[in-house]
Amino acid sequence: MDKIKTEHLYFYYGRKQALWDINIAIPERHITALIGPSGCGKSTFLRCLNRMNDTIPRTRAEGKVLLDGQDIYSPDTNVVELRRRVGMVFQRPNPFPASVFDNVAFGPRVLGLYSRAELADVVEESLRSAGLWDEVKDNLGQDALSLSLGQQQRLCIARVVAVKPEVILMDEPCSALDPIATLKIEDLMRALSTEYTIVIVTHNMQQAARASDFTAFMLSDAERTGQLIEFGPTADVFTRPRDKRTEDYITGRFG
Amino acid sequence: MRNRFVAQRVGFALLTLAALVVVIPILTIVATIFIRGAAAINWEFLTAMPRDGMRAGGIFPAIVGTIVLTLGTALVAIPLGVGGAIYLSEYARDTWLTRSIRLAIINLAGIPSVVYGLFGLGLFVLLMGFGTSIVAGSLTLAIMTLPIIISTAEEALRAVPTEFRTVSASLGGTRWQGIRYIVLPQALPGIITGVILGLLRAAGETAPILFTVAAFYLPRLPRSPLDQTMALPYHLYVVSTQVPGMPSEIQFGTALVLLGLVLSLNIVATTIRSYFRRRRQW
Repeated sequence: MDKIKTEHLYFYYGRKQALWDINIAIPERHITALIGPSGCGKSTFLRCLNRMNDTIPRTRAEGKVLLDGQDIYSPDTNVVELRRRVGMVFQRPNPFPASVFDNVAFGPRVLGLYSRAELADVVEESLRSAGLWDEVKDNLGQDALSLSLGQQQRLCIARVVAVKPEVILMDEPCSALDPIATLKIEDLMRALSTEYTIVIVTHNMQQAARASDFTAFMLSDAERTGQLIEFGPTADVFTRPRDKRTEDYITGRFG
Repeated sequence: MRNRFVAQRVGFALLTLAALVVVIPILTIVATIFIRGAAAINWEFLTAMPRDGMRAGGIFPAIVGTIVLTLGTALVAIPLGVGGAIYLSEYARDTWLTRSIRLAIINLAGIPSVVYGLFGLGLFVLLMGFGTSIVAGSLTLAIMTLPIIISTAEEALRAVPTEFRTVSASLGGTRWQGIRYIVLPQALPGIITGVILGLLRAAGETAPILFTVAAFYLPRLPRSPLDQTMALPYHLYVVSTQVPGMPSEIQFGTALVLLGLVLSLNIVATTIRSYFRRRRQW
């Protein structure tokens, strides 16, 4: 099953073209990695999937992004609700300057859940699925910023999970983390992928090879920024790429 | 080689001198008021009505008047000012309209207070028919305070990283929920500081209340919002220049009470700011 499909997706920052004719079908409950050199449009593409780019002035998307067959760029889309369905984890861990509990409870609260007991359940469940519960359960009132960076990032994942999204977008979630914290996040992604569709942007090719089911390789050339070069099962893309440029990139000949 | 060290020493000396030149007059003024005014401060002075053409008795109605006017100003200026700042910082797009609003606010902050007084006289006292009253005075002071509150509050809101708004949106929060639960709490210390600084200025001004509310001599408490009242800054002006044979400790005593009121509000503002600044970690 395809969770997200894009059809002829183009994207512009003002006059600057950033994505070129992206056609991709992202499978449900799997991990899809987006790889490619800096400036190839991976993050831009990721942010098109929950219309996070809307917050940047003078940007424009053309083409379709279908979530369960519904075009999220159609005028009758409720963007706020869309972002609940398509959650996001950012590059730098960015918990709110508040307690661990309040961070996880933020989403459920804005969605209208106020009962202390129910909130406590959601918080525990979310922290458990983010693999953080055992580390913080004795002090949920502690300041989220007192956690280590790796813990903060897992807290951010718990915060996303708490609003029960369908898709989780991750924009280089490990780039600020040490290797052990990185492995924990990767294990976590694996566990989460039984329930959620995960799309991850990564600079780290080992990470893509290790932790994803499907891989999309993106690239810019002199005329066209942000093209999708190749997309397929991770094993195929890394062992027998169809495109010469993919091969060059994954073997480290450029990028 | 030694030259640049000499230059540094000379430079430091000049800067220290500049700092002293600023501080010494302030300390002298405060010390003079304190020394000469302290003698007047007693229970009667603070709680009694003025007697004998203000040459004796207390300044109670002026103290109450200033407090009432400051509260009235706060009542009008805080919601309008903070609301306007939220609009400008969070909702308004960058258009010629919002740019001119900002420019207007900056310029309003520089207008002499007597102009606000005349404006208040024309609009609130005469045109809107509030008469010389606490309502008219509070509205006039509020208008004068608004630019300070709006610009400091907007500054405080803008200092909150955009990231928090983005994260809130990414969790399915509406823009208002992001503002209400994340941005406002973070900006609150800055907003409070701005509000208090604005109110301080309102509490100490004479010109805006001169034509709109202040009573020359009214030895009773105001009875309604449409009543006139005495107020400390204007009373100070009156006892200093308008009444012959005024004992100087009453003049300095009044100045001391006004100074004390303003300074204590100022200390509250500074305390709030430093308390929250220590807790802020981004």
